[in-house]
Amino acid sequence: MSPGMATFMALDLPAMLAGTLAALACALLGNFLVLRRQSLMGDAISHAVLPGIVLGFLIAGSRATLPIFLGAGASALVTVLMISALRRVARVEAGAAMGVSFSIMFALGVLLIEQAAARHVDLDAECVLYGQLEYVNWYPPTDWGEFWTLATLRDVPRQVVVLLGAVGVVGLFIALFFKELRITTFDPAHASAIGINSGFMGVVLMTLVAGATVAAFEAVGSILVIAMLITPPATARLLTDRYVTQILLSAAIAVLIGVGGYLAGAFGPSLLGLEGVSLNIAGTMTVLAVLMLVLTIFLSPTHGVLARARRRGRLAVQIARDDILALLYRLEEVRPDHAMLEAKLSQAMGQTRQTRGALRELIALGLVQREGGTLALRHAGRAHARGIVRSHRLWETWLVEELGLRADHVHQTAERLEHLREGGRPIEPDVPDGGLDPHQRPIPDRHEQGH
Amino acid sequence: MSAAAPSITDVAFESPTINEIIRTLTLSAGFNARVVVLSATLLGISAGLVGCFALLRKRALMGDALAHATLPGIALAFIIGSALGLEARSLAVLLPGAAVAGVAGVLSVHLLVHHTRLREDAAIGIVLSGFFGLGVTLLSYIQSMSVGDQGGLATFIYGQTAAMLPRDAALMGSIAVLTILASILLHKEFAIVAFNDDYAGVQGWPVSVLDLLMMGLVVLVTVVGLQAVGLLLIVALLIVPPAAAAFWTRRLRTMVVLSGCIGGFSGYLGASVSSLTPRMPAGAVIVLTGGAVFLLSMLLAPQRGLFAERVHTIALRRRVAREHWLRRLYEAHDLAGERVPVATQELASGGFGLGALLARTDLRLSGLIEVANKAARLTDRGERHGARVTRNHRLWEQYLITYADIAPSHVDLSADLVEHVLRPELIDELEAALRAREALPERLPDHTQRESGEHL
Repeated sequence: MSPGMATFMALDLPAMLAGTLAALACALLGNFLVLRRQSLMGDAISHAVLPGIVLGFLIAGSRATLPIFLGAGASALVTVLMISALRRVARVEAGAAMGVSFSIMFALGVLLIEQAAARHVDLDAECVLYGQLEYVNWYPPTDWGEFWTLATLRDVPRQVVVLLGAVGVVGLFIALFFKELRITTFDPAHASAIGINSGFMGVVLMTLVAGATVAAFEAVGSILVIAMLITPPATARLLTDRYVTQILLSAAIAVLIGVGGYLAGAFGPSLLGLEGVSLNIAGTMTVLAVLMLVLTIFLSPTHGVLARARRRGRLAVQIARDDILALLYRLEEVRPDHAMLEAKLSQAMGQTRQTRGALRELIALGLVQREGGTLALRHAGRAHARGIVRSHRLWETWLVEELGLRADHVHQTAERLEHLREGGRPIEPDVPDGGLDPHQRPIPDRHEQGH
Repeated sequence: MSAAAPSITDVAFESPTINEIIRTLTLSAGFNARVVVLSATLLGISAGLVGCFALLRKRALMGDALAHATLPGIALAFIIGSALGLEARSLAVLLPGAAVAGVAGVLSVHLLVHHTRLREDAAIGIVLSGFFGLGVTLLSYIQSMSVGDQGGLATFIYGQTAAMLPRDAALMGSIAVLTILASILLHKEFAIVAFNDDYAGVQGWPVSVLDLLMMGLVVLVTVVGLQAVGLLLIVALLIVPPAAAAFWTRRLRTMVVLSGCIGGFSGYLGASVSSLTPRMPAGAVIVLTGGAVFLLSMLLAPQRGLFAERVHTIALRRRVAREHWLRRLYEAHDLAGERVPVATQELASGGFGLGALLARTDLRLSGLIEVANKAARLTDRGERHGARVTRNHRLWEQYLITYADIAPSHVDLSADLVEHVLRPELIDELEAALRAREALPERLPDHTQRESGEHL
């Protein structure tokens, strides 16, 4: 093994692994928080475990995992109960109940830390927030051959082992209670009706969140926990509507954040030529997570801002196309030998980008012909236009006859309804065909009659 | 045993003398302590006032996102300030940065909620952790670059009154006064927006401007409180006092004043305790003081407090039990034509335990029943009461049958539940309505037996 590789294995790999595992455990659980609109419970719990962590630490006198774990679990439970008691018994509003509970718990934790510091205890308030990834070290053998021996594996840093366990527990929980989680998340009332206790599932979920928080706190700190609970699931939620896909996607995103955030934090500054700068890894992971979310907000093919803007734009052009065709058709109806001046069209439809684009498309598709500043329907265009005008007049008839609206009130509504499509054709309401519309204009036939 | 491990007991707690305590509480323990305590009090008052409106507008946790979001602003202001050669550690440089970043955080929540499918809870969480993460990254950058005198930037996270210069405290105090004035002057406007923004809009109030102003005040309080309380705990100052005040009153004006007082008291006591004892961070102590007030309010408030509610529930339960016994006895007597004793076992209706015993003793001591040989019968007074209770019951039953289309066999249960809370005026109204429809129940106990001035 080369010296560079050895350093990487000793310093970077375990830290990267710890960060990634923490992100993974949190992101998996976070899906349910985000879907249940309980994201802030994650926030509350990760603040509120602080006094438990400090007490566990004080009682054990070391960073032994079990006492800290128990302490944190106890204070998470106290907080969850406190929040629900405040809401149910004292009828405090949900947000306030959460705010009161976690801030009091957190204040208690801060006070305890300060008191603990007086006793030369190696725990400070800041490492609770940021974690201490740089202390997650490993001294693997320098020879690949000895790599998979028992002795080597025993030296794997405790934080990594704990986090690996956390990911395992979370994964197992989701796999075992997949169906129950889904149903209590989306329809708690139905869940209760078929005998699944959604309150209990909620408590188990919160307990696991507390567990993941504690497992992650030493390595990455509580801020990254909040970020990982919420941001990867939120990102996945903007990419898919499917439950399973969302969970898998959020896991993939968490791994990307863990690895990418570590690399950016550890090697980014020197790559950018900023020698001597060291960045907080938990911080860079969070920033990367937010960057990915921001990119997704803009670029997601289904729910992205750009995709939606493009779909809206397409729809606007399609509506403009319909309107131009219908206008030309109506003109033809009244004065069959008159071609329409292009200038008149702009006057009627407004000089907008959509109108110009729609007209260009209509000409390119061979539906409308332009000759010396005048516009006329081609044969194919007339068939389209007939369908639209027919739909419009059928809708008007329907609105008058079925809904009982007055004839002079229906044009605006029909003007919107004519753009609805079913199988590519305008929707035709079910009214007697072939007559006149409420304004005594003929409803065109579906197909052109022989002249 | 010289190298004993440090344990919980081996640090002596130097308790302050009575004299020190009195001097601090009366603001005469030196200029620094006075300024710090005074400005913490002012901060508490202004946070209590502003927090009231924020809480009613259901924006309580928005303050948390805002507070966390200030960190990158502080760090960036420091970097820019140092680059420009300013005294970058001064509040005049850092606080504007904090305010700008805080506003950016609030705007981000708004954008996320309105332009993506994410809900407010997720949006707040994302902004809170994202901005804070950025802040932490920038702080680590500042530390490793050792730009200027960066000591103590991190104190904004947990707050540290000790790091406060008198002029910082004075700045804090004056902004707090400004906030207090603004929330007093805009009281009516904030109230209407907080309670019913649609109505406010219809009435022609500029709702979004007022919302912006309210958020602006929250930003001011947050930024001003950063140094004393720290950005992680400042949200508690906005939430805890109004939540505590809400237990005492249903009137907004009273709630606002109370909330300000509770906030001020927490600030005053918290800062005093923190300055008197070592290792008592002011922010945490202030929040815990507020928490104690909250707890007391929740338990002891005269109407909405838990004890008061409990007492009320017990009183209601007692009345329900009494009325059940009286009606059962009356009906039994009525059926027999005379006051034949009824076995108490039959009267207890399923409950043989403490409840039945209590009800029996209660009625006997009130002189409404006589008990002999495990059987009870009504006294004269008891019969009059029983007649009234039975009358109410039958009227209500008949009402449900006549007006609410309930099958007669299902009536008794709901009649049992509701009859105890009917007031006399409602009973009269009920009777008049039933009489008008000629639907009065048969066997209605005599009206004249109801005596005025006698209540259960």
